[in-house]
Amino acid sequence: MVAMGTRGMIGESTKHTFSLKSFLIYLLMAFSSFFLPGCGSNSSEVNNTNVSKPTILVWHWMTDRQAPLAELAKRYEEKTGIKIKFELYAPSDAYSQKVRAAAQGNNLPDIFGILAEKRDFAAFIKAGHIADLTPNMNAENGKWKNYFFAKALAGNEFNEGNTYGVSAGIYGVPIDVTTIQMLYNKDLFRELGLDPQKPPATFDEFLAIGDKLKAKNMQGLVSGWGEMWMIDCLANNYAFNIMGKDKVLATLRGEVPYTDPDWVKVLSLFKKMQDSGVLANGLVTMINKTAEQLFANGKAVFAFNGSWCVNVYKGMNPNLNYGVMLPPRASDKYPMSIWGGAGTSFMVNDRSPRKEEAIKFLQWFTEKDQQVFFAEKTNNLPANKESIKNIPEILAQFSDDIEYATHPNTWGVSEFPPVIEALDKGIQSIIIGEKSPEQVSQDVQKIKERELAKKKAK
Amino acid sequence: MNYLKLKSTFENYLFILPAVVIFAIFYIIPFIWVFQLSVFEWDGISPLKTAIGLANFKEVITGDPIWWQSMLNAGYITIIALTFQNAVAFFLALACDREIRFKNWFRVIFFIPPVLSEVVVGLVWQWILDGNFGLLNGWLTKIGLAHLAKYWLSDPATALNTVAIIHCWKGFGWGFLIFLAGLQGIPRELYEAARVDGANAFYCFKNITIPLMIPVIVLVGILTILGTMQAFVLIMAMTGGGPAYHTQVPVLRIYASMQGASRFGYACAQSLIFGVILITISFIQYRFSGKQSR
Repeated sequence: MVAMGTRGMIGESTKHTFSLKSFLIYLLMAFSSFFLPGCGSNSSEVNNTNVSKPTILVWHWMTDRQAPLAELAKRYEEKTGIKIKFELYAPSDAYSQKVRAAAQGNNLPDIFGILAEKRDFAAFIKAGHIADLTPNMNAENGKWKNYFFAKALAGNEFNEGNTYGVSAGIYGVPIDVTTIQMLYNKDLFRELGLDPQKPPATFDEFLAIGDKLKAKNMQGLVSGWGEMWMIDCLANNYAFNIMGKDKVLATLRGEVPYTDPDWVKVLSLFKKMQDSGVLANGLVTMINKTAEQLFANGKAVFAFNGSWCVNVYKGMNPNLNYGVMLPPRASDKYPMSIWGGAGTSFMVNDRSPRKEEAIKFLQWFTEKDQQVFFAEKTNNLPANKESIKNIPEILAQFSDDIEYATHPNTWGVSEFPPVIEALDKGIQSIIIGEKSPEQVSQDVQKIKERELAKKKAK
Repeated sequence: MNYLKLKSTFENYLFILPAVVIFAIFYIIPFIWVFQLSVFEWDGISPLKTAIGLANFKEVITGDPIWWQSMLNAGYITIIALTFQNAVAFFLALACDREIRFKNWFRVIFFIPPVLSEVVVGLVWQWILDGNFGLLNGWLTKIGLAHLAKYWLSDPATALNTVAIIHCWKGFGWGFLIFLAGLQGIPRELYEAARVDGANAFYCFKNITIPLMIPVIVLVGILTILGTMQAFVLIMAMTGGGPAYHTQVPVLRIYASMQGASRFGYACAQSLIFGVILITISFIQYRFSGKQSR
């Protein structure tokens, strides 16, 4: 203030000196405020070293589950004095990027989830970001491990001699279970003159509904096929049904080409569905949220969706009268298969100074009482098998078929991303009538060979 | 004397130092990192990166036909934006430059689309254009033009054009604003003198407005190319690049390489090649337009 007041009275050179000094001081302050905080430890660490009860930080992306998670955190704090802080980062794409960026800077929280394929999960483990929970799972004769459905744990497990180069063990804790199946609207079934207690069991029965749909000007199957991975899911379901698991995995290993007649048969199913009229129009660019709205509002007869949809439909239309069915089988040679297993899993940061507390929290979180509460509030299938008795009927229909569940994360071998993209985009091309199943199988095989050659060269 | 000059020079450099530091941290260093990453095979997680030389660049240029299809798609949208979008923007700016009623209202209204969130715009248009229950098809049916109703975003015959038109709708406000500023900078005396000499409106437009607006047209053209070639959010929200690859654009491909395939090095190589292409196009257009204006 004084300097400002005397500014008009001082000489030019003094004024300069003053400005320079002030400038340097301000510059130093600015740099200090920018860079010095980065030299210290992060705030939660500081808190935790100074107080006896630590705060466990959890990152997740599930907007619909923040409230029950916060409630469980409150209960845990009341019980143990340990504060659990759930930080929500959505949408899921943004969350994925945040986790990757945090991994680069070794700034991951105590507990986090990974939204990625098994190879990325493996990369996190190999980089030392994820703790091996096997000793904890196996302690007391496998007490914790026995909480879970085997299929829920399988996605978090790496077996001996896996192709990812990860030491065998369990690296994640499933907090819920998902199965991805077909759903049908019972009221619309009656309008079509179909028996709502008898959804189509075979592919031919399913295709036959196409004529009824056209006659009534109704939309058939909706799904998020614009997001691609759901096409991949159904294609894999039928691949398992037509050629069996061993041949599918042999294809992934590069031992069976995509031009094999069985793969052409799988791709032809999509052409048959399109030709028969059982697919909703505009399906190839449809995002799952749109598909959910259409099905919830009774504007589509079938949906292909995961068990998370129970909560979504309940929010959109609580009176929706629908049933769950396996995708209609196209062959009797092998059982129909669906994707399923762990829906959401949490991992423990191996570098966290609060690793043991984080593991204890997850053990408590996956106990029966907490799982029942979580399942009730979120309408998701619990990962704890003892909690399954207390779930609503529609969720029970999803859980009934868990025996058919499989998932790429449990196969021990994964497909190259460009091949998956070529297959999914190729199916879109078949649906829009741009390519034949044979052409797509050749295109996919070309990319597969290119990727195999690249891998060999490495 | 020399001391004072040296001191003054030092002071000047000191004052620009913060800006240089910020520019270096947020622009130059990331650029160097992008270049560095482009010669590695890296999944974005692992601490180990494998040096592979220029293999990523070679693969983008010779082994990735989808990349070049996405370039063609973006080029097509850019051509529509350069012609249709900028023509609309220019003539609306011309109209608002005149003494018409409610011209300030029009200025505000025309500038609303650019300030809206691209995700919101994409989702709203997706809803309007929905083939089954969309407003557009509903209106077409109501006025007896049901035969024109289409699956605008999922039909390969219409998807790219539809995306291009929505992109133009979203973007024309920027061009409008810059054109309007340019038109208002033309001295009115020139028009008055021309009218005194008997020039009609078309003559004034052709011989005064257009020549004096060329630098502005070049600027809007370059901004349109850069903005349209880098279109991403709107397309992601409307079609996700589908059906099949019909609305794929380069930034979607870069995103797919990085996020979908976990190929960070390859994505960096794609973005560097894309950057070079954009700079080259802008430079050519600038030189070409510079010659025209002379």
